[in-house]
Amino acid sequence: MELITKPGLSNCEKKNRSLIVAENRHRRVDVEKLIEKTLLLSAAVFVLIIALITIFIFAKGLPLFSKIGLGDFLFSNQWNPTKGFFGIGTMFIGTLLVTMGAMLWSVPIGLSSAIFMAEIAPPRIGKTLGQLVNLLAGIPSVVYGFVGLIVIVPFIRESFGGNGMSLLAGAIILGIMILPTIINISRDSLLAVPNDYKSSSLALGATHFQTIRYVIVPAARSGIITSVVLGMGRAIGETMAVVMVTGNSAMIPTSILAPIRTMTSNIVLEMGYASGDHQTALFATGMVLFLLIVGLNLIINRLAKAGTDDGRG
Amino acid sequence: MGAVSIKDRFIYGLFYLSGLIIVGILVSIIGYVIARGVLVLNLEFILESPRHAGSAGGIFPTIISTLYLTLLALVIAVPIGVGAAVYLEEYALSSSKFAWLVNLTAETLAGIPSIIFGLFGFVFLVIFLGMGWSILSGGITLAIMILPTITRTAQEAILTLPPEYRENSLALGASKWQTIRKVILPFALPGIVTGVILSIGRAVGETAALILTAGSSLGMPQSLFDPARTMSVHLYMLAMEGISLERAFGTAFVVVVLILIINYLANLSLRRLSR
Repeated sequence: MELITKPGLSNCEKKNRSLIVAENRHRRVDVEKLIEKTLLLSAAVFVLIIALITIFIFAKGLPLFSKIGLGDFLFSNQWNPTKGFFGIGTMFIGTLLVTMGAMLWSVPIGLSSAIFMAEIAPPRIGKTLGQLVNLLAGIPSVVYGFVGLIVIVPFIRESFGGNGMSLLAGAIILGIMILPTIINISRDSLLAVPNDYKSSSLALGATHFQTIRYVIVPAARSGIITSVVLGMGRAIGETMAVVMVTGNSAMIPTSILAPIRTMTSNIVLEMGYASGDHQTALFATGMVLFLLIVGLNLIINRLAKAGTDDGRG
Repeated sequence: MGAVSIKDRFIYGLFYLSGLIIVGILVSIIGYVIARGVLVLNLEFILESPRHAGSAGGIFPTIISTLYLTLLALVIAVPIGVGAAVYLEEYALSSSKFAWLVNLTAETLAGIPSIIFGLFGFVFLVIFLGMGWSILSGGITLAIMILPTITRTAQEAILTLPPEYRENSLALGASKWQTIRKVILPFALPGIVTGVILSIGRAVGETAALILTAGSSLGMPQSLFDPARTMSVHLYMLAMEGISLERAFGTAFVVVVLILIINYLANLSLRRLSR
């Protein structure tokens, strides 16, 4: 800048001007670099959050295993915090049973709805159904739990006996809640099957239904499996709806009308007043949940990769 | 094609039936909540504070708490989420290790159940950072939960930008940041708006994570450091503690109607996006 104050020839002035331009450009590049760094930082937030979640939940949960063995924690059915028994066996089984129960009915209905929407229904109906499914996905879990508590639980109590708060009530409500996950992802993968496959199959004389069964569904299988695994992850992690309808006794259920307690229910019910080892044990339960869900996600990631490889081959 | 056999007709019938079941479930849940809830609803219910733990009075503080928490979550998550989307789409090479890691962690984050976010918010924000059960802890936890949605919808919007827009802007001498600010972000705005609307829906319905981070105190929050109870948490308390079924229906009505409005807006903005 000091060059500008010096008097000089016009030639020199031109040089000055170009220097100023260069300097401006230099400053602009600096701003550009700064913005790029800022944006990079916001992307890095994702990595930071996952790291923090992992570190804090593990740091809070792992110390439990200096007091009790991993085997006792996972497989013992004794959960009695006041006496120092922290076995999540019953809760693990509760989660497993209610998840299986939900999938038992919602996977077949979800998949056939997805096929209906993608292949059979007229496009306008398929689209409207898609919007309804999105609405189903948008209803909060506490509303599902509430409706389950007011409608499904009394219905079970009056038709089948028992208290009504049960494994069955949980499986019904949870099944409804994972329907959108199963339907949306399988429908998208069914719609992504190239049209040539369909027309070739029809040209060869196969019926529409044969084409769906032997061509379209197999071609979309990695997406369909992904939808089921994601639905399972949602069921395992679901909390509020399950707490409200399953009765929450920490016992191994003897029938589908018996109450259960899931791992997630255990956390949300006891976290409010837990302290010391009890709190540590709840975080250790969270750790198990976290590992389960991340494990399922990694499986899905693999599946997605396998799916794209298939497409190329 | 030939005649459709009886067996095929039967199978088609089953497919139609499963579509009908979905509609039936949706209509009966929403219809039921609205039919029972509308009887409880009046201006007093919306605008008054609850009395006797919620068995009388209205739900005004829970509406305000929901609003504060949602706003705080958006203020935090929108800049970071959109920034991350711009970085991933405009700066990072899609083959880079970093982009791969960010995409993987974003996907993982989207799949984590809300109770885990609640545990994390509780141990990290409430206890470790000493924020206590507060709007601040709840809002930050909520921001983390909606971050993947904001980033994904912004990314999808940026991806639909025709490459010529970007090239023309750069060819006219605009810098990369100028191009992003004047061309890419305005173009991606409908996508960002969609992400925000979807996130509001999530925030309105969230319960498990907020019980552990914002608490369940029924008072009117006066500052960021006050605990708060959202409508969804209120609904849970009313129903589970058996405080008042009638009030629970009223609260569920407000939540469901909000979700219906949000869903309608999301569909509108998605339609604009695809146009």
